[in-house]
Amino acid sequence: MLSKEVNDLLTVKKASKLFKDGAAGFKDITFTVQKGEIIGILGTSGCGKSTLLRVLSGLDQSDSGTIHLGGEGQRGAGVIFQEPRLMPWLSVEDNVLFGFKNPSKYRSQAAHYLSLVGLSEFSRALPRDLSGGMAQRTAIARALAAKPSVLLLDEPFSALDAFTKMQLQDLLLDIWQEEKTTMVMVTHDIDEALHVCDRILVMSGQPGEIAAEIKISQPKPRSRSDLTLTAHKEKIFSILQDSNAGLQKYSVR
Amino acid sequence: MKNKLNLIGLGLILPVLLITIWEAAARFGLIESYLLPAPSTVVVSVVEMAQDGSLWTHVSITLYRVGAGFLIGTAAALLIGAAVGYFKQAERLLDPILQAFRSIPSLAWVPLFLLWMGIGEPSKVTLIAVGVFFPVYLNIVSGIQGVDRKLIEVGKVYNFNSLQLVRRIILPASLPSFLVGIRSGLGLGWMFVVAAELLGASEGLGYLLVLGQNTSSPELIIASIILFAGLGKGTDSLLKGIESRSLRWQDNLQNAK
Repeated sequence: MLSKEVNDLLTVKKASKLFKDGAAGFKDITFTVQKGEIIGILGTSGCGKSTLLRVLSGLDQSDSGTIHLGGEGQRGAGVIFQEPRLMPWLSVEDNVLFGFKNPSKYRSQAAHYLSLVGLSEFSRALPRDLSGGMAQRTAIARALAAKPSVLLLDEPFSALDAFTKMQLQDLLLDIWQEEKTTMVMVTHDIDEALHVCDRILVMSGQPGEIAAEIKISQPKPRSRSDLTLTAHKEKIFSILQDSNAGLQKYSVR
Repeated sequence: MKNKLNLIGLGLILPVLLITIWEAAARFGLIESYLLPAPSTVVVSVVEMAQDGSLWTHVSITLYRVGAGFLIGTAAALLIGAAVGYFKQAERLLDPILQAFRSIPSLAWVPLFLLWMGIGEPSKVTLIAVGVFFPVYLNIVSGIQGVDRKLIEVGKVYNFNSLQLVRRIILPASLPSFLVGIRSGLGLGWMFVVAAELLGASEGLGYLLVLGQNTSSPELIIASIILFAGLGKGTDSLLKGIESRSLRWQDNLQNAK
């Protein structure tokens, strides 16, 4: 028990945040994330999963409950948003070092993370010259360069085409192999969650609650056509459908 | 290189044609020279002023007035605009009264400034500073308020304090609109220096206008107008150069290759 708690990096207890008179947001969310784990938070749109991530990142406050982020030192959470959100006036390298007070001292660190995301040759380029996928790679390098204790990803690849998306999912796994980064990833893409995550929290309802927790024990990297994953997929699908049945009563006449 | 020459060449056709016609019309007596002297007469009078040194006195005092007014107006607009753009309370406190002052035609201040500060430099520089202030102020405020919230969130994720947010995100992000502001501010500065010098000065390009009128020497007026045009264009090009150099990162039509 004790050794387990030592490994808990992020602990969320009965956290709630409600909007629109309790009709949106999330409530009573409890889970823990262990060091080196990749957690997926999966749900249909409007279930409060992005709000949950904003609360975890400290951009918003929860109405109630506690969120505790452990880890060494003062390092907080790193966030990768749905859009790259690069500073258009900074070069790729300076964007990667954006979180540093004195960027010029950390050039080698930037070079390391740029090579990790495969952008070494673009360090002097400006964001306007990057493709969507390259911009998101830069955002990943920027989040990693600050060495966060946990990396929070808010539907990071949902704006990319299918092929780039798969490339970046694999890139994320490569990074995990190398750095064992703890990640919490919000997504609405079941395949993405199954490919990348160790544990998937399925959220449903409005306000969203955790409907199920599914552990994926297949070692990473996984084959995208793995049959066990297909079984998991069907299970998740039926959970989401059941929880949406209530809503459908209103939408289907 | 050849393309650039072509571009300049195309722009030169009309001015050269006009000046030729003007010169010819004056030479052949088609227009009265006491109303509109030939371009060559204007050039001669500029050269004469340059030789006796009075040209430099007039140009430098006018440049000094515009420069001082521009700097004071821009500095004040930067400070107040940054506060109004960033702090909601400052906006509620200052914006209504500034908008009220803005609706006063700036030239209406002239008699008051003359009364308060006399006919010397302070009243002229103040008038120019007032003229420069408003366009710069408006553009800074709208620039800051238009900064993408999503970029500011990136700074918040890194726990930036207000000063860091301003310095590292808000100022660079609002730089384009600040530069638009100072360019239009400078344009107004040139307008107001004419007004200030018309109303009471013994030196300066605006004074040359008055002198030309009083001594019935239209070549002085035209020389002064041309000098105003050249200086205005020159200083604007300077700012435009700074603008395009510092905004090379923008993904817009101007930077398209």
